[in-house]
Amino acid sequence: MTQSTDRPWPVWEVFTQGKDGEPHQHTGSVHATDAEHALQNARDAYARRNEGVSLWVVPSAAITASTPEDMGPFFDPANDKVYRHPLFYKVPKGVKVF
Amino acid sequence: MADLALFGALARIGDDRLVLGHRTSEWCGHGPILEEDIALSNIALDLIGQANHVLTYAGATEGAGRDQDALAYFRDAADYRNALLCELPNGDFGVTIVRHFLYGVFSVLQWDALSKSTDETLAGIAAKSVKEARYHVRHAGEWVIRLGDGTAESHRRAQDAVDALWAYTGELFVQPADESALVAAGITADVSLLHATWQSQVASVLHRATLTVPASGWMQGGGRTGLHTEHLGHLLAEMQIVARSHPGAKW
Amino acid sequence: MTPPPVVAEDSMRLAEFEARIARDESIEPKDWMPERYRKQLVRMMSQHAHSEVVGMLPEGNWITRAPSLRRKMILIAKVQDEGGHGLYIYCGTETLGVDRHDLVQDLLDGKAKYSSIFNYPTLSWADIGTIGWLVDGAAIVNQTMLAKASYGPYARAMVRICKEENFHKRQGYEIMATLSGGTGAQRAMAQDALNRWWWPSLMMFGPHDADSPNSDELMRWGIKRKSNDELRQRYVNLTIAQAKAIDLTVPDPDLRYDEASGDWITGPIDWDEFWRVVKGNGPCNKERLAARQKAHADGAWVREAAMAYADKKASRTTEAA
Ligand SMILES: [Fe+2]
Ligand SMILES: [Fe+2]
Repeated sequence: MTQSTDRPWPVWEVFTQGKDGEPHQHTGSVHATDAEHALQNARDAYARRNEGVSLWVVPSAAITASTPEDMGPFFDPANDKVYRHPLFYKVPKGVKVF
Repeated sequence: MADLALFGALARIGDDRLVLGHRTSEWCGHGPILEEDIALSNIALDLIGQANHVLTYAGATEGAGRDQDALAYFRDAADYRNALLCELPNGDFGVTIVRHFLYGVFSVLQWDALSKSTDETLAGIAAKSVKEARYHVRHAGEWVIRLGDGTAESHRRAQDAVDALWAYTGELFVQPADESALVAAGITADVSLLHATWQSQVASVLHRATLTVPASGWMQGGGRTGLHTEHLGHLLAEMQIVARSHPGAKW
Repeated sequence: MTPPPVVAEDSMRLAEFEARIARDESIEPKDWMPERYRKQLVRMMSQHAHSEVVGMLPEGNWITRAPSLRRKMILIAKVQDEGGHGLYIYCGTETLGVDRHDLVQDLLDGKAKYSSIFNYPTLSWADIGTIGWLVDGAAIVNQTMLAKASYGPYARAMVRICKEENFHKRQGYEIMATLSGGTGAQRAMAQDALNRWWWPSLMMFGPHDADSPNSDELMRWGIKRKSNDELRQRYVNLTIAQAKAIDLTVPDPDLRYDEASGDWITGPIDWDEFWRVVKGNGPCNKERLAARQKAHADGAWVREAAMAYADKKASRTTEAA
């Protein structure tokens, strides 16, 4: 009867910000047909216990992820660029806040 | 100090939320999709939570030693003061959502007004509850738009729900005569003053949902004085069975 | 039982994969994995998700009769959490390239399994206490182990779920403690519920290791970290102490304490009953499935309305552009 028209709802990825100032982190996903509903569903499923102060929802289909095969070419070159990391730099003793 | 007028007003406020929350909880495990099941449960929890606060306070104002559970579980239907709209069966998802929307818009307006109450306890409960009610309206309103402007079937069901429930909306805005002293003292809000805003907010969402606002006709009433539909008795029979089978027991 | 041969899979990749498992690395969705690992995960995770969702029904049966407002709110929140658990685990399963819609359809068609414990009826308010205490208690033992499962999305869902399960167990145990210390009728209700749920709760861990066809493979690949019998024993040891503390007795005349191991040894489990319920002849198998089918069928027009609205909105935006 309704079987044929019962199309699956698209998946959205949910990102929650735990506290003000923290980055948004991936927490899971929900099914929804549009952004407003995705946001509401994310709120009801992933922020029931005050787990977040802010939510992002992104259609899963819109996310492009690197593959494990990219591992080498994507990330190895960064391994020898220590100068990108703050700990590479010497700070005079006693200077704590940077 | 017993304040029976305030007790009566609080019963009206609390019973609405208790009965509607109870109805909403009947959906738990039976929603149209998992996400919505979780959403409806949240709404049920908010409403019963509101009722819990209001009835606790009602019991205190009555001064007869009844707590929120004595009020919820050991009053008969004739002593309940909820609006009839809240006790009607859930019907399909369309009826459930349209009721949440129609009641929710009222609820936001009422809590908002009560948050300015001169009674600090009531104002405190209202300030917290109005935030919850705003979310309920957002949730239900967005669904009303999707159902109204979805498929031919969902449009028909949503319009049927609006038409069926409309006659129960008038009661929400009839200001009970026995609350005039409370209103004068700024303790409770005159609900009749909320009607115009309610009508325009409801009409604007129904319009977006491509639904028709019913012509105003006969409005059912009686809940505020304890004259209910046949449905409330069954609801309470179920709700109260365990508590009443073990009078005096702790749970 | 011998697993089917790994066809056309490069043995180097398999060796690499098993080395990763041995190093306790987390396997992520896009990583290479043996087809058999993926299949086992889909089977196990979807069964787990179905169990959470079907599990809403026996407890949901008492929401409208909960005897105090506090209990009513706790129970709604608890049953709602189980729906959330189902949602998290379905999402985890979807990372393996299957669609929740299809998994749910398998459940509705009676092709998928879920935990047999939910095919028993909830007959009194004390059943709500017993389920929280025993069923969620058993689930915690199982899920604490699964939080270390080799598949990242499953393990992460379990971490989240375990936090919520503690609340479930505590509220159940609190109900039982209150009933046990209550009126005579309440006490009798509590003992009766324990009598009915004790043996089915032991069966939740599945058959003995020797009779568990999937166990070896699941353990070799780090999906399960402990055997059914090890987990069951841990659950028994924890629960017997808890029953004594609230003055209730588990219905097992053969129960004895083994000094040497420090374990409580139970009498024999009725595996005929276990298999009978698994095969569909438990007291509530038909009702549970019918309830899920009804909710799904009744909701079809709602789900379709949301899709239709989104389609319209999308085409309106395109027209406007
Ligand atoms: Fe769970
Ligand atoms: Fe649980």
